[in-house]
Amino acid sequence: MGIENLLLGFHVAITPYNLFIAVVGITLGTIIGVLPGLGGANGVAILLPLTFTMPPTSAIILLTSLYWGALFGGAITSILFNIPGEPWSVATTFDGYPMARNGQGGQALTAAFTSSFVGALFSIILITFFAPLLAEIALKFGPPEFFAIQLLTFSSFVGLGGGNPLKSLVSILLGFVLAAVGLDIVTGQLRMTFGFVDLMKGFDFIVAVIGLFGIGEILLSVEEGLSFRGVPTGMNLRVVLDTWKILPRYARTFLRGSFIGFWMGFKPGGATPASFMSYAFAKRFSKHPERFGKGELEGVVAPETAAHAAGVAAILPMITLGIPGSPTAAVMLGGLIIWGLQPGPLLFTEKPDFVWGLIASMYTGNIIGVLMVLAFVPFFASILKIPFAILTPLIVVVCAIGSYAVHNSMIDIWYMLIFGVVGYVFKKLDYPLAPLVLALVLGDLAENALRQSLIMSQGSLAIFVSRPIAGAITAVAIFFFVLPVLTPWWRRLRGTAVPAPREI
Amino acid sequence: MRLADLITASFLALLGGVVIVDAVRLGIGWGTDGPQSGFFPFWLGVLMIAACAAIVLQAARRATTVPFVTREQFRPVLKVLWPAVALVVLTPWIGLYVAAALYTGFYMRWIGRHTWLAVLAVAILFPLATFFVFEKWFLVPMPKGPLEAWLGQ
Repeated sequence: MGIENLLLGFHVAITPYNLFIAVVGITLGTIIGVLPGLGGANGVAILLPLTFTMPPTSAIILLTSLYWGALFGGAITSILFNIPGEPWSVATTFDGYPMARNGQGGQALTAAFTSSFVGALFSIILITFFAPLLAEIALKFGPPEFFAIQLLTFSSFVGLGGGNPLKSLVSILLGFVLAAVGLDIVTGQLRMTFGFVDLMKGFDFIVAVIGLFGIGEILLSVEEGLSFRGVPTGMNLRVVLDTWKILPRYARTFLRGSFIGFWMGFKPGGATPASFMSYAFAKRFSKHPERFGKGELEGVVAPETAAHAAGVAAILPMITLGIPGSPTAAVMLGGLIIWGLQPGPLLFTEKPDFVWGLIASMYTGNIIGVLMVLAFVPFFASILKIPFAILTPLIVVVCAIGSYAVHNSMIDIWYMLIFGVVGYVFKKLDYPLAPLVLALVLGDLAENALRQSLIMSQGSLAIFVSRPIAGAITAVAIFFFVLPVLTPWWRRLRGTAVPAPREI
Repeated sequence: MRLADLITASFLALLGGVVIVDAVRLGIGWGTDGPQSGFFPFWLGVLMIAACAAIVLQAARRATTVPFVTREQFRPVLKVLWPAVALVVLTPWIGLYVAAALYTGFYMRWIGRHTWLAVLAVAILFPLATFFVFEKWFLVPMPKGPLEAWLGQ
């Protein structure tokens, strides 16, 4: 049944209009990925209002293509400018930038794009097979199971996200609080509006994403005194073909990176640790670990494969469970709701053309994407040569338009500015932003799942442990929540010194 | 850095307090048909205060000399912020496109010291391009002012 459905999907994805949409999405996405202050999440958020009038399948193709483009674009800035556009591109700079400085920029870029493509393809193939299975299992889920999964989602930010677990927790709570502002749809009461009419509508996550990631990022980058010193691309067909001849040597690295990426990626916040982990493994198993960090091709292959595999894998829980694996996936999930689709396992039975069109478009989008970036790297790299004094106001205006367009309201532009300042302060103080956004998107869903579960159990929390599936998931979630407390203990038991608290 | 950490955590704890007050007003217990409206926010507020208190303790124990932001760093941040505020203040009066043109032109001239020709070109062409993309192509209306009214848009 899988193949037939996939063919149906290709039927949808390979119409001229949808292919055109994919090309537009990838072009915009790559530009967004290259520009400072515009990443995948807020690029998707800004364009979301434009998709309200489109058919949902074309709309999701536009947004996912934008996402692929942004992932590719991140590699360009990491390698040529030593600026990681996204956190998961950081590991790419370790060897990518030295290679570019040694005059091997073309090779590094070719390897990065090809690795991204391989990692993405690996995840897409796994999604094609696993998504229907997972959706089928998820169909049997009730509110307690869904709440347990939400718990697991947020616990993995606290337990596995790195950084300060308390600050991750506060980010999550703040997201939930902001989501609760406004009308409570269950009882019809107004919550936390304090008599202000403007607060009745609550806070839209799109505006939050644009402010936190867009404006906040700009404030941070001007503070650091932005100066782009790029290295020439050195890209031509010969370099591409020559690099492709070398790359099969790294088959093991590709495979390892893909597995790490997929495994980490379908849990939230996975792309960044996946890229670092893949890099560390590649270095450890390499015959020449001393070459890493000085311009080793394998050091570009490993993190890029894992980051893209993880980025694609983040779509899996979004379409099957209705729970996004990354902020960008969270914005897309918000899009699904706005287009009138109910995210979750029912999508597979009720809207097969949408789901399979999306999955098929992941194949076409990535193929188009890798060819386009390979062909047009010099063009995309030249975008960073635009003076900063021009880029900044343009990005701010685009962000303002995106925020206004959500509800046609001025107050949203003000919220965007406030969220921008919050994003700036939070980023400096090490409060992670991704869990805040995810909590803001999932807030109502999580609260409803909790309420319905409690109604089912007459108010007893035991329902989350007594049902087998919910119990197992809750147990893992609790384990992740207490992991930061357990780790120092465990270290002490084994006799290793507890590392000194990080200076921040 | 420590002071900023303390202030932020205290502010968030205060926010948690506000959430709890509102939650208690709505009722945090069991209503006729399930948990009341304040149930979920109440526990969010409680957890928030607890987590912030722990952050405050952590930060207070740790001595750091790194400042949150230096004067040199903060100046360019303000230079981005206040023109952006001006853009938002002007938008309802003169429309988004005109405000965007003024804002872009001002910023380019003031920060980038670009030539007047470049300033005029970008400040006119960019809002014009966004106008066609958003208003005409995707039919997303933006706030408009006297200029658009005069042009009959």
